Amino acid sequence: MNNVDAVRLALHDALVNDDRTLIMGEDVGARGNVFLITKGFLEEFGPRRIIDTPLAEASIVGVAIGMAMEGLRPIAEIQFADFIYPAFNQIVGEAAKTRYRSNGDYTCPLVIRTPYGGGVRGALSHSVSIEALFYHVPGLKILAPSTPADIKGLLTAAIEDPDPVLFLEHKKTYRSVKGEVPEGRYVIPIGKADIKKPGRDVTVISYGYNVHQALDAASRLEGENISIEVIDLRSIRPMDKGTILASVRKTRKLLIIHEDNKFGGIGAEISAMVSEEAFFDLDAPIRRLCGPDVPAMGYALPLEEEFMISTDRMLRAMRDLAAF
Amino acid sequence: MPQLGETVTEGTVAQWLKQVGDSVEKYEAFVEVSTDKVNAEVPAPVSGVIRELIVKEGETVPTGAPIAIIDEIVLRQAQDDRGHGQPGVAGSSNTPTEQIADAAKRAESVYQGSDEPVPGGNLGVSHAPAFTSSNGAGGNGKPASGKPSNGLRVSPAVRRLAREHAVDYSTVSGTGTGGRVTANDILAAAEAGPSAAAAALINSDQAEYIASAAAPPAPAPAQAAPPPSGARPTYASAAPGDVIPLTQARKIIAQRMVESKHTAPHAWTMVEVDVTNVWKWRALEKEAFERTYGVKLTLLPFFIRAVVEALAAFPLMNSSYTERGIVVHKTANIGMAVAVDANLVVPVVRNADQLSITGLAIAASELIEKARRGKLGADDLSGGTFTVNNTGANGSILSAPILVPGQTGIVTMEAVVKRPVVRDDDAIVVRSMMNVCMSLDHRTVDGAVASGFLADLKRRLEAMGPAGAL
Repeated sequence: MNNVDAVRLALHDALVNDDRTLIMGEDVGARGNVFLITKGFLEEFGPRRIIDTPLAEASIVGVAIGMAMEGLRPIAEIQFADFIYPAFNQIVGEAAKTRYRSNGDYTCPLVIRTPYGGGVRGALSHSVSIEALFYHVPGLKILAPSTPADIKGLLTAAIEDPDPVLFLEHKKTYRSVKGEVPEGRYVIPIGKADIKKPGRDVTVISYGYNVHQALDAASRLEGENISIEVIDLRSIRPMDKGTILASVRKTRKLLIIHEDNKFGGIGAEISAMVSEEAFFDLDAPIRRLCGPDVPAMGYALPLEEEFMISTDRMLRAMRDLAAF
Repeated sequence: MPQLGETVTEGTVAQWLKQVGDSVEKYEAFVEVSTDKVNAEVPAPVSGVIRELIVKEGETVPTGAPIAIIDEIVLRQAQDDRGHGQPGVAGSSNTPTEQIADAAKRAESVYQGSDEPVPGGNLGVSHAPAFTSSNGAGGNGKPASGKPSNGLRVSPAVRRLAREHAVDYSTVSGTGTGGRVTANDILAAAEAGPSAAAAALINSDQAEYIASAAAPPAPAPAQAAPPPSGARPTYASAAPGDVIPLTQARKIIAQRMVESKHTAPHAWTMVEVDVTNVWKWRALEKEAFERTYGVKLTLLPFFIRAVVEALAAFPLMNSSYTERGIVVHKTANIGMAVAVDANLVVPVVRNADQLSITGLAIAASELIEKARRGKLGADDLSGGTFTVNNTGANGSILSAPILVPGQTGIVTMEAVVKRPVVRDDDAIVVRSMMNVCMSLDHRTVDGAVASGFLADLKRRLEAMGPAGAL
């Protein structure tokens, strides 16, 4: 099963198991989503639960917030993460603050799904990573799983969560990543990172597409007797401090890899947290391998390749840190 | 001068990132070059040691022109190293072999863990015996200008593991980038066993320091790190004309002394103390004490007792100047300077304020014994809050000690000498007198507190006598 299938499966299960769930977004109905994730849903569940919306992201999220506050379980889709900006106010100013503002009288059990990330020739408007724009906001959970099993487990958890969750799906993994998925009900608790490969020399923390490259690099380095521990963050906020710190205390070296820009990125927060909590366990400066601080990913192949972190660059960074 | 662009014909050396004598790794940036198009750091084409910088900073030369000479490192077998173990710089010529050997010595650690092939080398296998006997003064007639490859900048993990395992990281040969000592190196050294414990004596994280007038060094049965060759001059065998290679311990002592002198403004003061009565008391108790406890009763425990009592009366003297404020310590941990071979260490009597004179005598004696046998652990050397130095053992009557970094005061016990003293009733009597000198951190305390403390210490010592309790 690939990642598209896993998203589809988790959504389908939710629609079958809970009448309150509904999907709304651009092209989710008749078109069956641009990646065909919801193909056939409209026929199966009808237009009251599979809602094609206008091209108006503020409205999609705004309406979904109202539904969520009044007892439904809306799953809103932003067609590409690049289009989420008009909904920023609804997400940050309303959804994330509903529980706090109403002193717990209202919650906002809303899931916003959106494909993000580059490497698919998506150019300026179909390649962006948005996690860092939102991870500053208390009250918002952000998930970015990278494998079919994690997607099924975490998307189910997100739908069942009583508070708003931003669910990020890296589009380069949609059809390129395959894996086994547990049958039946499968829920992964939000806020748990996953050690995808144990190791002893260097801890590598990543999420999304980069995890698979990091795993590839790590397995190649086994031949050089360099043992890399690869942690898939999965949950960007809340962040699994325990798993991160235990790993860093073991390897004493940390490399953080993410496609999103370096400055003020997720890696900055992880790095600060580790420096605060595990300073005396560090045997090397914390390193970050991230996307460049340029406004967007270019369409031209060399520009896209320059933006995306190659597996070779990961190999070099891991080797350097192991030797440090 | 590298070609930094298709149409570029010349380049300017903007800045040398390495100097003559520095070692560089292949691909490590060693010079910054600017052209009319770009500024770029240029990576070294080979690993080696910079022999000469031909082009000065700011000078422009055509592309292709030589700008520097790098001695490429070729690790040699031990036999190549024979023949220049001779100490002294006088006769050493600038032969290529020596250059290579010297360069290799400084750069050997660079190769640990590197996957670059080394021409003709047997990488990382024979490094220690092959090179340590080369001339310590630098075979090329220059002082070794390369930074010590396993220098003192260590990671927090290394520092912590070294302390936990009582390993002196400055003596561990590093396998990390540029010869850096890694956490795994410390663990390996700890595993290697007891030789590491002896080295722990000079743990740079602790507060060892050298006194202005120490007891004469013992005839140095062995150095902390055994010298690899008999020809190498040592501290103990020093003869005129020798250049004695700096041991890590010596470097650390130097560094800590400079640090102390440069950060803490030292003020100095002295009182003379009439120790006739305490001296008599000691003489009366001496034999019984040694029989009972198996420990010699010296003046030191009496003195420390008076010091901790005076510290209790003047807690500011038992403090540390820090950025967040003056930290007044809860207990008095008294460091004592002890000469060990060519070095001086300061083991610490912990919670000295809770010990009787007897307790202090036993604790001090144990620490001194441990120091002499090289058995001091990290715990014995850390945590001092005030230091006592028995400079009088060598006959000194005045000394100006340097503070242990982080402490506010250090007092000396000068020689006890009999002197005629004019008493309050104008009678002239012969008394046993001892000068007590003190250096203090003037950031922390001013003269009033310091002289109050010394006067109190004097009063307490003079009040001690045969009627007291040991």
